Amino acid sequence: MDFSGIFTYLYTEIALVGVTVAALLYDLIAGKQGRRYFHGFLCTLMLLFIAGTVIPYHKETVEVFGGMYVYSPVGSIVKSILAIGTLIVFLQSESWLRREDTEFKRGEFYVLTLSTLLGMDFMISSGHFMMFFIGLELASVPMACLVAFDKYRHNSAEAGAKYILSALFASGLMLYGISFFYGTAGTLYFDDIVPGIDGSALQIMAFVFFFTGLGFKISLVPFHLWTADTYEGAPTTVTSYLSVVSKAAAAFTLMVILVKVFGPMAEYWQTLLYIVIVLSITIANLFAIRQKNLKRFLAFSSISQAGYIMLAVISGTPYGMTSLVFYVLVYMAANLAAFGVISAVEQNSDGKTGMDDYNGLYKTNPKLAVIMTLALFSLAGIPPFAGFFSKFFIFAAAFEQGFHVLVFIALINTVISLYYYLLVVKAMFINKNDTPVATFRSDWSTRLSLLLCLAGIIVLGLASCIFDGINLYAFGM
Amino acid sequence: MEYTILILLLPCLSFLLIGLLGTKLKPVAAGTLGTVVTGIVALLSYWTAFSYFGAGRDGSGVYPVLTPWNAEWLPFGGGLEIDLGILLDPISVMMLVVISTVSFMVHIYSFGYMKGETGFQRYYSFLSLFTMSMLGLVAATNIFQMYIFWELVGVSSYLLIGFYYTRKEAIAASKKAFIVTRFADLGFLIGILIYGFYTGSFSFTPDAEVIGTAKVFLPLALGLMFIGGAGKSAMFPLHIWLPDAMEGPTPVSALIHAATMVVAGVYLVARMFPLFIGYAPDVLHITAYVGAFTALYAAVVACVQSDIKRVLAFSTISQIGFMIVALGVCTSADPHEGGLGYMASMFHLFTHAMFKALLFLGAGCIIHAVHSNEMSAMGGLRKYMPITHLTFLIACLAIAGIWPFSGFFSKDEILAACFGFSPVMGWVMTFIAGLTAFYMFRLYYNIFWGKENKELHSGHKPHEAPLAMTIPLIFLAAVTLFAGWIPFGEFVSSDGQAYHIHIDWTVAATSLCVAAAGIALATWMYAREDRKAADGLAARFSGLHKAAYHRFYIDEIYQFITHRIIFACISAPIAWFDRHVVDGFMNLLAWISEKLSWLIKGMQSGYIQRYGIWFLGGALGLTVILLLI
Repeated sequence: MDFSGIFTYLYTEIALVGVTVAALLYDLIAGKQGRRYFHGFLCTLMLLFIAGTVIPYHKETVEVFGGMYVYSPVGSIVKSILAIGTLIVFLQSESWLRREDTEFKRGEFYVLTLSTLLGMDFMISSGHFMMFFIGLELASVPMACLVAFDKYRHNSAEAGAKYILSALFASGLMLYGISFFYGTAGTLYFDDIVPGIDGSALQIMAFVFFFTGLGFKISLVPFHLWTADTYEGAPTTVTSYLSVVSKAAAAFTLMVILVKVFGPMAEYWQTLLYIVIVLSITIANLFAIRQKNLKRFLAFSSISQAGYIMLAVISGTPYGMTSLVFYVLVYMAANLAAFGVISAVEQNSDGKTGMDDYNGLYKTNPKLAVIMTLALFSLAGIPPFAGFFSKFFIFAAAFEQGFHVLVFIALINTVISLYYYLLVVKAMFINKNDTPVATFRSDWSTRLSLLLCLAGIIVLGLASCIFDGINLYAFGM
Repeated sequence: MEYTILILLLPCLSFLLIGLLGTKLKPVAAGTLGTVVTGIVALLSYWTAFSYFGAGRDGSGVYPVLTPWNAEWLPFGGGLEIDLGILLDPISVMMLVVISTVSFMVHIYSFGYMKGETGFQRYYSFLSLFTMSMLGLVAATNIFQMYIFWELVGVSSYLLIGFYYTRKEAIAASKKAFIVTRFADLGFLIGILIYGFYTGSFSFTPDAEVIGTAKVFLPLALGLMFIGGAGKSAMFPLHIWLPDAMEGPTPVSALIHAATMVVAGVYLVARMFPLFIGYAPDVLHITAYVGAFTALYAAVVACVQSDIKRVLAFSTISQIGFMIVALGVCTSADPHEGGLGYMASMFHLFTHAMFKALLFLGAGCIIHAVHSNEMSAMGGLRKYMPITHLTFLIACLAIAGIWPFSGFFSKDEILAACFGFSPVMGWVMTFIAGLTAFYMFRLYYNIFWGKENKELHSGHKPHEAPLAMTIPLIFLAAVTLFAGWIPFGEFVSSDGQAYHIHIDWTVAATSLCVAAAGIALATWMYAREDRKAADGLAARFSGLHKAAYHRFYIDEIYQFITHRIIFACISAPIAWFDRHVVDGFMNLLAWISEKLSWLIKGMQSGYIQRYGIWFLGGALGLTVILLLI
């Protein structure tokens, strides 16, 4: 048998391992001098990696390694999106990594981040629960290190502890659930397990336990409690990575598994998602209204956004899959723009992240204020920004499947979310401030990342070819 | 012909560039950029027209409909989708030429007219925006794209009318224009939605079999679309915004409110013509009656206005009425059998755009010279402004329908089409043509002849406008002189086949006589230094004169309906309901949200062990719920 063909389906992962190893070696070999070019070196490498993998090579879904690993074109697209998100996060991290207390461990940051990305890629392509679990853990454990990266800062350390403990708890519960499936169906292969799914009481419990694991990752209510503390405490770039890339991977995997494995239980998981969506959107909105810290505020905003993403999952159709991928892409552009601004302001103003600190930002840093506004508009779903279109597609996907009341509830919550998003805009443009954030000029890397996000916010919705392009591959789901 | 996309892209880019750079750009640079871009667009349009018509007809004898550029923009599933693209057919190519020509002329002219104004850059960026939107409107591949650009045109019109935003009248006028047309556009949108719902596409030419089931709703959809068109084209009773729109800079009036945007309604009906004629001929004839009444009403009002721009505004309304009538009197798609009006309407649209732009630009020169819009400040200007005088006279002769000026040819075709429909319609329109000749020459004599306002002119002598302003006048006058000889029917006709225009000399003789009579009457009344005849006539019919001067109180009726009935009897109670009941409910909601979020804030305690309890409790709770259902 010729195995070489098999590896061509793993091209993303293999290339990513290459990038990671290159980063590791560079960190080992390069001295203090060479480290100055580390950032540029890595971003170039990432750019090459993205350029090489952005378009799926194979147009059909293929199982390799006896069904352990499943290549799908749409999964490959999601991986590209995650890689682009990671690159933007790297670009934004530069001003933070350049600080004296982090400069010497920037290599660790890169390698840890790339490891989590690798884990997500494997999770996305998994065809077996064990494979899926390993991917998930590979994405979780280094993430805890990243959250606690500023380990001498109390908040960061606390956030790391909370994250790893919650993650362990979620993983334990999920493994427990998976073990029941092994007991009732006799296998852990996605394809083989389907005939064994009968919706018995034990399987329902097992399913909910399994769901908590991903619900934790996506931070859905009631598995979201770690989110706010972790987001607030973690370094801002890690928060943005956590809120976008990690969430997107988990949401996509959830949809694939729900449709592929738990298809026979659709009635149950749709009810479950129904409850979770309503809870997530509403409770997150209620909390978001009260927040005084921008990072915490965006944490709750991201919980509510996760609820919206689940609207696509609940539809369970290829159209829903397309709108999920599209939503993730658009959400990534908007959220990374918002976090990019927060990070830039934080690095240039001695760590200001309070809502009040943003009063009068427009006077001193008009460009940043405008980018933040556009990002928030996109998150709130105001036309003509991309967020409007992505929400439209998500709602259409759920509406098509008859979830009329649910879409209506989501719509009402969109209005509430507009209120708190606009609070930030009001702070930046209208509120007076005697000691506003001083005018500053951010470095090229941050500016480039913000420009990329801005282009995404404006172009993604208007250029229909992107949605159509994703749609083309989603039918191979 | 993929390069046609540049026709839209270039003005869009220049709008963004001038608009974003703002005052960082020197006024001259902004103006030059806008003008050069529009010039290139005009050349591209000419080249497009040349190669489109040059490529010849296809096997069945019609010019092919081309879509050199098309992109699916928003798919809805089930075949319904919104496309953005460029459609080339005889009328859209003709419109591209008209719009880019007039726009280019106005760009040049504005250099002189707007010199030294604050907001010069803003002015040019808005002009670019308008040009882009208008070109997009005519080149739309489907009715929804047309609607998008239709609204963009409305926005740019709003922005330009309100250009002098420190003047209260300008603000009121821009709001009025926007609200009235927007109100009409609601009809348009509903029409589009009905159309899209029943035919399953937004295409201009849906499949014949699909129409079979949608037939019943097509008249309704088309009628609603016409309401949108009537709003933009200022048909009675939605005309009230156009005279006020004259508050904008005069070149803007020439471009938007005379030559291009206001004929969008005519273009819309022409675009939907196959559907109108095939499925809703009755609706088409209703538009003819609306158009005829508008033409008559506006012509009467134009006879007594004293503000020269308002005279031109009402004349525009009246002339658009002619175009709508010409379309409305069509009874078949065959130009030899009752389909002549289609060609006549498009022909008149073409010639009217040129000579009406010329009239407005001429009026701009006059206003530039005497710093007033009122006729009383003018008189005897022919000595001071020879070029303006001559070109204005050419335009007046053209609009009056005197041979061999362009207006004669197109108006003759319209009248012939009207006589073909019914003698009454024919005679009514001929009478209005006579009125047109009368009020245009009343305007002409009051400006250039008659008694000079010596005290006003003593301090500040009127002078001829600068070259930037006179060159467009001369160019447009030349077009007005020769456009009538274009064999228009060879390019545009209702069934797409070549149609040889032949002048119906009985109709032509009648209309010439009527026009000559109108001119003669105007000469007798206004050419002299003393105004005895005119004043005597005004005194004798003082009631009618006063009513016409106040535009038959249509604005006051609107005022009454909106303020006394809608605002006082409907809006006020709703506002009360909104303030007390709806807001109260919202406040209650906010209060509940606040309390709820206070209640659940304990959830976010910060203690990891409590998070674990919530986590596990949530999972078990969800399991129980799933088991129970």
